[in-house]
Amino acid sequence: MKFVDEFRDVELARAVVSRIHRKSSRHIRLMEFCGGHTVTIMKHGIRQLLPPTVEMLSGPGCPVCVTANQDLDRAIALAREPGVIIATFGDMLKVPGSHSSLQRVRADGADIRIVYSTLDALHIARQNRDKSVVFIGIGFETTAPTIAASILEAEEEGITNYHVLSLHKLCPPVIKALLDSGEVRLDGLICPGHVSAIIGSRPWEFVARDYGIGCVVSGFEPLDVLQSVEMLVDQLERGEPRVEIAYRRGVRPEGNLRAQELMNAIFEPSAANWRGMGVVPGSGLKLNKRYQRFDAQLAFEIDPGPTVEPKGCICGDILRGVKTPLDCKLFRGACTPEHPVGPCMVSSEGSCAGYYHYGTV
Amino acid sequence: MCLAIPALVKSIEGNEAEAELGGVSRRISIVLTPEVRVGDYVLLHTGYAINVIDEEEAEETLKLLTEMASLEG
Repeated sequence: MKFVDEFRDVELARAVVSRIHRKSSRHIRLMEFCGGHTVTIMKHGIRQLLPPTVEMLSGPGCPVCVTANQDLDRAIALAREPGVIIATFGDMLKVPGSHSSLQRVRADGADIRIVYSTLDALHIARQNRDKSVVFIGIGFETTAPTIAASILEAEEEGITNYHVLSLHKLCPPVIKALLDSGEVRLDGLICPGHVSAIIGSRPWEFVARDYGIGCVVSGFEPLDVLQSVEMLVDQLERGEPRVEIAYRRGVRPEGNLRAQELMNAIFEPSAANWRGMGVVPGSGLKLNKRYQRFDAQLAFEIDPGPTVEPKGCICGDILRGVKTPLDCKLFRGACTPEHPVGPCMVSSEGSCAGYYHYGTV
Repeated sequence: MCLAIPALVKSIEGNEAEAELGGVSRRISIVLTPEVRVGDYVLLHTGYAINVIDEEEAEETLKLLTEMASLEG
């Protein structure tokens, strides 16, 4: 596939690895924010290819994983409402909430449809005018504009039975919260490529400027990730942390202005509840006043009841980069992809699932 | 979750396009990339083109990596 195969070239990758080994003289700790990068790193054994001076940590960039139990409980409670059809990305189905999961309430008779796109959710709404279709809106800045576009389309077409449970989260504010917590010391950040395709590279400037941490926006093929690590090594060896784009074919410094425009037309920043980090001000998106009628939280009175966290699960610590799946007593035993205790084992891009499928112990 | 894959735009009709990815054809929304033209590659995320791929930049990146690899020899 064009723009994929070229960036998996083994010879070029080997050369990058060899340069990284030659250039890296001091110990540095890099975080890949995005779960997609974690998958590339695990799948291609990139950690093992790097010199011991380059330490890699996984970050909180997995939307399914960072969805708080309270929000999962809300989605599950909505699914139990009579006359409601839930439309959701497949990853959410198996994630355990406090007492149940979408999969379990579906087995009990709830109407839950797995969709690939909000376009599919709109289609379901058109075909079921007597029901309410609630889209479980998880995702970062990459996905939020597509949700915004679906709401605009619903408005234009006069579709009134389409609602969104907006659990969208924003990446730069949570990175700030993570750095301010002082729990994790970082030298460099591999910034999410497709989030940055929308927001551009400029929203990362504060990380280099205020925290002295190098930032490279990376693509998702192994060569992309290796190139980004090399650029960070170069920056840090020179002692000049800054923001650079390695993923130049997909990301411009200003981002996708049209997508930003749609996102700003529909949403406004709000506090969001992150698993492992709690409530972070300004790190979420809610529907603004003009589009409130599409807001599932306002359209339905739901009481998800008290939240219970999964006992023994350290997913929250893993998402903050404080622990790894190997530190978890449940890993591979009580918690497996078939019987997940926490979301990091459910999502294909969760750290625990990555360690389970590709990790070497 | 933020997965986006390259897709080739074959035809355009209003806010929608026919795109080919890995030999499969599908209808996508181009509402987020109004600048897209037939023959462009886009990054496709959950049914929406989220950016037009810059082919020149892709070639430039590969050229640079190839040159650096040959220096490494």
